[in-house]
Amino acid sequence: MLQVQNISKTFGRLQVLDAVSISADAGQVVAIIGPNGSGKTTLIKCILGLVRPDIGTIAFRDTTVNTDPSYRRYFGYMPQIGRYPDNMLVGQLFNMMRDLRRNDATQPDEELLEAFRLADIFHKPMRTLSGGTRQKVSAALAFLFQPQVLILDEPTAGLDPLSAEILKEKVLRGKQNNRLFLITSHIMSDLDELATHILYLVEGRVVFFKPLPELKAETGQERLGRAIAHLMQKFNH
Amino acid sequence: MLKIARYAIYDILRNRFVLAYGLFWVLVSMSFFNLESDPLKGMASLLNILLMALPLMSIVFSTIHVYNSYEFMELMLAQPVRRSALFMGQYLGVAVSLCAAFGLGMGVPVLLYDGSPRGLLLVGCGLALTLVFVSLAFLAAVLTRDKARGIGLALLIWFFCAILYDGLVLMGMFAFSDYPLERVIIALAFLNPVDLARIAMLLQLDSAALMGYTGALFHHFFGSALGIGLAVLVLAVWVAWPLLWALRVFQRKDL
Repeated sequence: MLQVQNISKTFGRLQVLDAVSISADAGQVVAIIGPNGSGKTTLIKCILGLVRPDIGTIAFRDTTVNTDPSYRRYFGYMPQIGRYPDNMLVGQLFNMMRDLRRNDATQPDEELLEAFRLADIFHKPMRTLSGGTRQKVSAALAFLFQPQVLILDEPTAGLDPLSAEILKEKVLRGKQNNRLFLITSHIMSDLDELATHILYLVEGRVVFFKPLPELKAETGQERLGRAIAHLMQKFNH
Repeated sequence: MLKIARYAIYDILRNRFVLAYGLFWVLVSMSFFNLESDPLKGMASLLNILLMALPLMSIVFSTIHVYNSYEFMELMLAQPVRRSALFMGQYLGVAVSLCAAFGLGMGVPVLLYDGSPRGLLLVGCGLALTLVFVSLAFLAAVLTRDKARGIGLALLIWFFCAILYDGLVLMGMFAFSDYPLERVIIALAFLNPVDLARIAMLLQLDSAALMGYTGALFHHFFGSALGIGLAVLVLAVWVAWPLLWALRVFQRKDL
């Protein structure tokens, strides 16, 4: 469903992505992991067209993604730090998004809106929200238009345990409904529950990209965290 | 694009600067018309304030607005929205808000106290300069990622157009005073939107007589249909080129 072919990106002299290629299909949950500054967010932003890669192509449903933004109708994005217009009220934000996407035929998915009880804070301006509440708003927006591909950048980082559980359940249900997920996170236990594939990036290069069971079998470890630690040690030697 | 413009306008109206900006023009125009018994003199003083303050306020406000709406733009660009539609929508939103504030703020007093075509021209010049400087502000804001530098660049543009340029032209006139420079000066006036507005207005205020032979030549040139048409065209170019350049940069920008 989503093909990333050979993309590279430099910011000034810094090589952020170096010939990254991945291919992912519906029903998969691809966990993107790697140290800070390894290019995870840049990769995500390239897929969304927020960052323009220097070379390489991105294809969605066998069509190369160019400047035509219509493919993003099928994408939901939850940014690492959700930044919204300060003066806008939470309710206005949701109304605006609905208004902008009015041409979409899909019925909005308001499950997260209800589960996070966001209607209670509709009258609050965005600037007064705490980091975690912003994350909830971002998550609800990402799922709102029933996207086929969901890109979640550190989704559980600022969430309280209850909300994190709600979000993880939502991802698992989406996986069963044949959605594709790309998730970055540093919380291995979360990814262990959700991921079907692991993409490991270091300094903008793909170290490996393989199904989770295969990874566990290769390293002989039961838990993702252990398996990654095992591999990191191997690479360092 | 229109939807984006609408939300940009909502956002701008919420931070009250535009209201204050409109009130500023009401106050300035009222006080000048009341201080001077002759509306013509009032208008001449008003013109001087306008040529300084309007470019400054519109370029600084617009530059800050672009930097402050990066969040909004990021949010929009994760949706099926074209970059060009987003960018032009933002421009439209800022331009419409500032033009409305200025147009009402100065337009109403000018109509009440003067009500002549001259007054309309003054307001028209102000509106045209607003469009030009919002456009330059968008260019300054996309050229550099750093907010402080962007605002610095915007101030530099303002300083050059509103203050420095005249000085340079005067210096040139002194240096080459032995040569007939009238045509050159008309050409030079076209290279600076502020000067263009100034000359167009001064001629209407009948101060042209004070400017000697050059003034007479200006009068002859800007009085003709060709001259006015050309001046309008050049102002349109001054709106278009920075905006199109900024759009090109924005379309390739990493957010």
